[in-house]
Amino acid sequence: MIQFQYQRVNLEKAAVSARVKDKNSMFIAGGTNLLDLMKRGIVSPEKLIDISRIPGMAEITAVEGGIRIGALALNTKVAEDKLVLGRQPLLALAINAGASAQIRNMATVGGNMLQRTRCSYFYDKLLPCNKREPGSGCGALDGFNRMHAIFGFSEQCIAVHPSDMSVALTALEATVRVSGPNGSRTIPFGDFHRLPGTKPEVDTNLGNGELITYVELPDSSFNHVHYLKIRDRASYAFALVSVAVALHIENNTIKEARLAMGGVAHKPWRLKEAEASLAGKIASDSSFKQAAKIAMAGAKAFKHNEYKLRMAPNAIVQALKSASGI
Amino acid sequence: MKKKEKKPTEDSREERECRNVYMLPEKSEATYTPNDGRRDFLKQSGFLTAMAFAPAIAVKAAEQQWDEKLASSLEKVPLKLEINGRMKNLKVEPRVTLLDLLREQLDLTGTKKGCDYGQCGACTVHVNGERVLSCLSLAVMQDGKKITTIEGIAEGETLHPMQDAFIKHDGFQCGYCTPGQIMSAIACVREGHAGSRDEIREYMSGNICRCGAYPNIVDAIIEVKNGGGRV
Repeated sequence: MIQFQYQRVNLEKAAVSARVKDKNSMFIAGGTNLLDLMKRGIVSPEKLIDISRIPGMAEITAVEGGIRIGALALNTKVAEDKLVLGRQPLLALAINAGASAQIRNMATVGGNMLQRTRCSYFYDKLLPCNKREPGSGCGALDGFNRMHAIFGFSEQCIAVHPSDMSVALTALEATVRVSGPNGSRTIPFGDFHRLPGTKPEVDTNLGNGELITYVELPDSSFNHVHYLKIRDRASYAFALVSVAVALHIENNTIKEARLAMGGVAHKPWRLKEAEASLAGKIASDSSFKQAAKIAMAGAKAFKHNEYKLRMAPNAIVQALKSASGI
Repeated sequence: MKKKEKKPTEDSREERECRNVYMLPEKSEATYTPNDGRRDFLKQSGFLTAMAFAPAIAVKAAEQQWDEKLASSLEKVPLKLEINGRMKNLKVEPRVTLLDLLREQLDLTGTKKGCDYGQCGACTVHVNGERVLSCLSLAVMQDGKKITTIEGIAEGETLHPMQDAFIKHDGFQCGYCTPGQIMSAIACVREGHAGSRDEIREYMSGNICRCGAYPNIVDAIIEVKNGGGRV
């Protein structure tokens, strides 16, 4: 790891101004992905701004119409929080499907959202990667692309977003509060991450020097939720395909449905058309299969990830069955 | 001697070296253009070797006269930690991980460096009572916290119950992952995640054992959990 300067800040504002002052600085909190990337020389900030001790930024509180989760709340704390378990159990399921107990004890909510892809071309400095080195090409496009995207990719990048937590937050229509040099603003979770397009080096729509301060989850009436994650081993692996399901079912009729997938795109992939197809339907194998079929419209595979074209719809059906209990 | 003609294949050394050039800063004189001759290739690889041996920040500093920045980044930062019950006043460079501090500076080599990238769990220690990966923790960020390592769990000559159980159930073969396994196992019981074999397997999944001692590790954890004593 190269040398860097270290600065600890105790105020949100101080964090933002330190970040704006030093173009080559980065925030650090849990560090579980950043230090990994720094050791490999994939990112090399000249200054780390330690935000982990900013008071009040790790709290989980009930607010009008929902739950507010501070950006510094540790993944373990969120997954075990009574408010979260009581009102938004899907979030706890998704968090617990990711990483290991040790990493969840270190990783923060904000950091989880900002983690980089685990595409092996991004991680191997000897290979081309537009995300790591813009203009060098996408090694995965014609390379080993077993783990890669089937939706929303571009010629420049076919990597997928690795976060499980973010898949649940997408389905639950969370919002992200950020603080920046020009004040604070709120970003709908679905607009937080971006598709690669011609700028795969940019993962999110965060502005210069902006700091995530909290995430808010609106209250909802979902009474059947499930997070299904399919991976190469039973635990502690990134998703090949994952599905977050939230359903409001009354008398076996689906009043409202939310669906999002992980492991299939550069950002958590919301399935709005499939959701709409479920509204008003009886929860049944046939309505679930129909939704899965709709969800897969436009999917395209590469040489080594064709299996995802079957795995993804099957996973959607299975997740809907598990959530609804049919 | 006739030079052997080398047929370029996708994985030939030259190819890989050339790919390396992608990583050079744009303003570097050693940019790679296709169809350069062998002479240019040698020039580039010589530059790369020089780059590889010089600390990256020194190269950058030389380029951009960042002496001031360099100096401040080389400064050691004072750090106060309680390690296995003893207060320590230390000085570390910001880039030193908790793992390297323990092993290199404090001679606490019980905590192991397996992968150094957060994938194996061999470096697991407790910070303020919670299990974390010391390889992905900057020492400087732990200022004021309590660290417990494998060296800090026995009471004098009396082993911790989890250590006893690992011995009894043969919870290891080569032993390299064992300190991390034991620190993680203690936390697993304390957290209340040792309710069944499946739950233990899930909550111990961050600790990889190349010898495959998993069934015996699970046995050891179950025994400690069922023993009901203070863990």
